[in-house]
Amino acid sequence: MSILIDEKTPILVQGLTSEKATFHATEMTAAGSKIVAGVTPGKGGRTHVGVPVFNTVKDAVKSTGATASITFVAPAFAADAIMEAADAGIRLVCSITDGIPAQDMMRVKRYLMRYPKERRTMLVGPNCAGIISPGKAMLGIMPPHIYMRGSVGLITRSGTLGYEAAAQMKSLGIGISTSVGIGGDPINGSSFMDHLALFAEDDETEAVLMIGEIGGPQEAEAAAWIKDNMTKPVVGFVAGLTAPKGRRMGHAGAIISAAGDSAAEKAEIMRSYGLTVAPSPSEFGATIAQVLAKSQSRRISA
Amino acid sequence: MHIHEYQAKQLLAQFGVAVPAGAVARTAEEAAYMAIELGGAHWAVKAQIHAGARGKAGGIRICTRYKEVRQAADDLLGKRLVTRQTGPEGQPVQRVYIEVAASFDRELYLGYVLDRKAERIRVIASRYGGMEIEEIVKTDPNAIIQVIVEPAVGLQAFQAREIAFELGLNSKQVARAVTTILGAYRAFRDCDGSMLEINPLVVTSDDRVLALDAKMSFDDNALFRRHNIAAMYDASQQDPREAQAAEHNLNYIGLDGEIGCIVNGAGLAMATMDMIKLAGSSPANFLDVGGGASPERVATAFRLVLSDDKVRSVLVNIFAGINRCDWVAQGVVQACKETTINVPLVVRLAGTNVEAGRKIIKESGIPIISAETLGEAAAKAVAACREQKASLAH
Repeated sequence: MSILIDEKTPILVQGLTSEKATFHATEMTAAGSKIVAGVTPGKGGRTHVGVPVFNTVKDAVKSTGATASITFVAPAFAADAIMEAADAGIRLVCSITDGIPAQDMMRVKRYLMRYPKERRTMLVGPNCAGIISPGKAMLGIMPPHIYMRGSVGLITRSGTLGYEAAAQMKSLGIGISTSVGIGGDPINGSSFMDHLALFAEDDETEAVLMIGEIGGPQEAEAAAWIKDNMTKPVVGFVAGLTAPKGRRMGHAGAIISAAGDSAAEKAEIMRSYGLTVAPSPSEFGATIAQVLAKSQSRRISA
Repeated sequence: MHIHEYQAKQLLAQFGVAVPAGAVARTAEEAAYMAIELGGAHWAVKAQIHAGARGKAGGIRICTRYKEVRQAADDLLGKRLVTRQTGPEGQPVQRVYIEVAASFDRELYLGYVLDRKAERIRVIASRYGGMEIEEIVKTDPNAIIQVIVEPAVGLQAFQAREIAFELGLNSKQVARAVTTILGAYRAFRDCDGSMLEINPLVVTSDDRVLALDAKMSFDDNALFRRHNIAAMYDASQQDPREAQAAEHNLNYIGLDGEIGCIVNGAGLAMATMDMIKLAGSSPANFLDVGGGASPERVATAFRLVLSDDKVRSVLVNIFAGINRCDWVAQGVVQACKETTINVPLVVRLAGTNVEAGRKIIKESGIPIISAETLGEAAAKAVAACREQKASLAH
């Protein structure tokens, strides 16, 4: 297993005919993804990179049975694209777009709640690098060659910091079950907690590495959830020790504006809930290696 | 993006929020003229900067004669005002706002934020106006009134009434407060606000409810559809390097340290700064060159980082995903040839086409210190910074 996607997941690409989406769709296919359709309003009926293009997500779902979507759509239209996918019954939407207005995301979040839990869409992102289950499938824009298939679940806000973690692990021979980028926006689709819950149930995942950053309550909420619900070991890290208060550090959501927002505070909260906190961003791999060794020896002695 | 008090008040007034009569002035002459135009017997001359706590810093003067208005404006204009919120260098005062001073009976607090936990707009109000919200929370947490707004329907009149009654207003005042609370909400929603603080919101002896101060900022991601707001941008209130970076679509934040950083991706940039700190030095800046780090962008980034004379070494850390290390390497080499770089340069490349990138750096003949891992890069940048400082001391 892995979480969210594998080689059998039928994938739809929203905005497929753009140059950017064309490039990434080709990369995704090379990484094992099963792309079944594209949607570009007004370009329905064509074939692009070997798959049929539809005018609406509903048409695409009806004809191809796509269950997951990735949206390559400009910020002004991204919220609309996500809601269209949700309404058409797509179960997993990954939004790469950086720059969606926060109030649009507010509306998107409420819109997704319209649907009963059993058919509600899981949104990953926006402003993220996407999802990869190495060796199986990719719903994102990351370089697949830096990921090795294995048993660690990875959840990060930042794209490139996620690459850093994956590369460190690979160099130590540690692989990844699934890597999920939840994105750097203040209001995002799914949280650390949502994916931790999936990793907790995934029999291929032995441990999880979660890398957060300054700003917002999600890291602390996840840590509290882990203490009560998670038996698998979790390593945490929060980037932004040197970030000054009140300044937005690149990501729209990376800003220290309330108590508990700083990296030091969040790391302390993680420790208090029993997470192992990586001492520095150059020790993601080493910390995960230690935690894996400890949990394996515990299992052998038990 | 932040705007000035006078701009926030003009905007709020368009949405039905009552504000004192006022006018903006750029010279002392103009200030005195505006006071005459406005009429009244008392005026507040208020320095317009993108920071609060102006009163205690002498940025707000109460005047009773035109001559005093002129003098106050002359004192403030062209100076840098240092308040508790500006940092030691202060912010330049290029405009003053002349306002008819209102006497009032009560000071209240009214604020709007995008609440990340509730993922909706939160309205915050309190009977304690005139002090900072953080202070109110500490003094009397029960005195904070909070309402969450459902985005599909917006703030409802009953919610505004509940706030107004909770604030202890009489029925005449309540009606006016409701207009203010709903109007300010519409301004916040319709203009894609990210923060709005009316502090204090005052109640006058004749039952008027007035926004005596207003601080407003907006979601940068929404400026593309809010041209009226984008037009209020004031580059003078920003660090000049940050303003220059913004022109090139680079994300730069100036800090106090001595190692310049050029990184792709916001998270990796923060992590690189953390590594520098853990290795015993401090970063001079945050800089995210973004995904497509073209040679031109890298060259601009170099100029920006090197314009900070505190910088003693530069660390370039690129983890190429969509872009390629060989492109970035070409950019670094080109930047080194075009710009005089008088400090040691450490470059760490990883990801797509890393071998080709390292080869370009190596064969360029430029004295670049290469590093393979993040830890090694930070250690080398800190060591190079120390050596540079030692050699400058001799």
